[in-house]
Amino acid sequence: MSIFVDENTRLLVQGITGKEGSFHTRQCLEYGTNVVAGVTPGKGGQDINGVPVFNTVAEAVEQTGANCSMIFVPPPFAADAICEAAYSGIGLIVAITEGIPVMDMMRVKRIMDGLPCRLIGPNCPGIITPGKAKVGIMPGPIHKPGGPVGVVSRSGTLTYEVVHQLTEQGIGQTTCVGIGGDPINGTSFIDCLDAFQNDPDTKGIVMVGEIGGSAEEQAARFISEKVTKPVVGFVAGLTAPPGRRMGHAGAIISGKSGTASGKIAALEDAGVHVCRNLGTIGELCAKVF
Amino acid sequence: MKIHEYQTKELFRKYSIPTPAGRVAETAAQAKEAALELGGFPVVVKAQVHAGGRGKAGGVKLANSADEVETVAGAMLGSRLVTHQTGPEGTVVRKVLVEEGADIARELYLSVVVDRETASIVIMASSAGGMDIEEVAEKSPEKIIRVYIDPLAGLQPFHCRLLAFGLDLAPESIKPFTGVVKSLFKLFVDYDASLVEINPLIVTSSGAIVALDAKINFDDNALFRHGDIKELRDTGEEDPLEVEASKYNLNYINMDGNVGNMVNGAGLAMATMDIIKLAGAEPANFLDVGGGANAEMVENGFKIILSDEKVRCILINIFGGILRCDVLASGIVQAARNTDIHVPLVVRMEGTNVDEGKKILADSGLDLHTATSLKEAAEMVASIVGKAA
Repeated sequence: MSIFVDENTRLLVQGITGKEGSFHTRQCLEYGTNVVAGVTPGKGGQDINGVPVFNTVAEAVEQTGANCSMIFVPPPFAADAICEAAYSGIGLIVAITEGIPVMDMMRVKRIMDGLPCRLIGPNCPGIITPGKAKVGIMPGPIHKPGGPVGVVSRSGTLTYEVVHQLTEQGIGQTTCVGIGGDPINGTSFIDCLDAFQNDPDTKGIVMVGEIGGSAEEQAARFISEKVTKPVVGFVAGLTAPPGRRMGHAGAIISGKSGTASGKIAALEDAGVHVCRNLGTIGELCAKVF
Repeated sequence: MKIHEYQTKELFRKYSIPTPAGRVAETAAQAKEAALELGGFPVVVKAQVHAGGRGKAGGVKLANSADEVETVAGAMLGSRLVTHQTGPEGTVVRKVLVEEGADIARELYLSVVVDRETASIVIMASSAGGMDIEEVAEKSPEKIIRVYIDPLAGLQPFHCRLLAFGLDLAPESIKPFTGVVKSLFKLFVDYDASLVEINPLIVTSSGAIVALDAKINFDDNALFRHGDIKELRDTGEEDPLEVEASKYNLNYINMDGNVGNMVNGAGLAMATMDIIKLAGAEPANFLDVGGGANAEMVENGFKIILSDEKVRCILINIFGGILRCDVLASGIVQAARNTDIHVPLVVRMEGTNVDEGKKILADSGLDLHTATSLKEAAEMVASIVGKAA
């Protein structure tokens, strides 16, 4: 088992004809993901790596039965692309695009509240169920199929580091989700923790957070109330100065809130095994799981 | 992105938000002239720096004559203003705003911000104006009124009533206050702001509402659709190395330590800084070269790090995914040949094509330390700067 994506995922790529879109489509195909369609307005009828391109998501869904979309559309047009997918019956939208204005994402989030659709991201590496489907830009080979650990993270390369250490320790993953580094995003830590808690094959969870906002604190509350599986946590940004945006738009300490130490304390109170030194997270997981 | 108070007030005037009459000046003589143009005393001389906390730091002063304006402005201009937001080195005052004095009956607080949790726009108001709002939030949270606005529906008249009656405004002030709230909300949305704050927003003895101070932050991600705002950027307020890095699309923040570091990805970059500190050293910077970094970006990253005189050692930590380790290694070799790397270099890479990358580094003849794990890399760095100290 796994969460959100698996062998039944029929992937559509929005922005498939761009440099990033075409490159990562090829990577996903090589990993074995069932990529059924691409969309770029005005480029319908073309063929990218053997994948048919359509002008609209509605047409692509009708012709191919796509049920998941991965978005590489540039920031000025990304919010519209997300809405197009949501209104066209796509059940899972993975927005890779970095740099979408907050105002756009606020509106998108409100629109999606009324639709039967899940958004992962934006500004995220995507989601992978090792051995079954890769919907994102993460390097496939560092993952180990079969579980028993689920990974959820706000970061990209930091997640790769964690997954790599898990794999080195011989610990496989059920699903790894990058929820993205923006202040307003779709799927939250809590959504993933809930899904992992309900996934029988996931025996333990690794949660990777960072400074900014209060998502880790909320997750901590959820863990203490609802999660019975062991959780290992990590929070990046202990040395980050307040008031500065650390790369990700969401990674900013404002006033006294959003600090790494506050998040670590909240997670530890919830019974999470918090790793302080990223270099040892694999070893810690080997002990806990 | 931040802009100055006087620039924010120009935006306010465009949106019919009342502000005191004022002139900006770059010399003491200009300040004196500005005061005479305003035609009355007292006037207020306000240092124009991006950092908050100016009042307590001596960056806002009252003057009762043209000569006093000249003296006050002369002392302020060119001096370093140290506030709780600037750090101990402070920030140089290059401009002052000379404003007419205000007739203050009440001081209020009003701001518009994005609320991450509810994906709404929040208007906050308080009768405790002129104070540090974070302090108010901590000590007397009941004094802050919060109104949540659905970004799809926008501001409704009842939102304004919640604020106006919550602040217990006199009847004659309700209409002008509502006008300010509507304009401020429109300005916030029109310009993709992440924060607009008026502290204090004053009620005069005749019941008029005036924005005595003005602060705005813009969403950097939305600047592509606000060319007029981009032109207001004052790079004099930013760290010179950070300005240089932004030209190369590098995400760089200068810090106090002596271990320079270059990492791909913001989260991993933060975690690398943390692990440097855990090993007993201090990071000199945050530098994210991004997931799609190429050899040229790596070279530019080196230039920025090396122009920071504090740096005694450099740690490169790359998790090769899309950026392959062999490409990175070539970039390092190229950068080392083109720039004079005069401090020890520790390289830790992992991921795609790591063996090819290591071979390129080994064959290059460069004097560098390669680490196989993150933990080992941090220990190497700590021992290098430990010896140097």
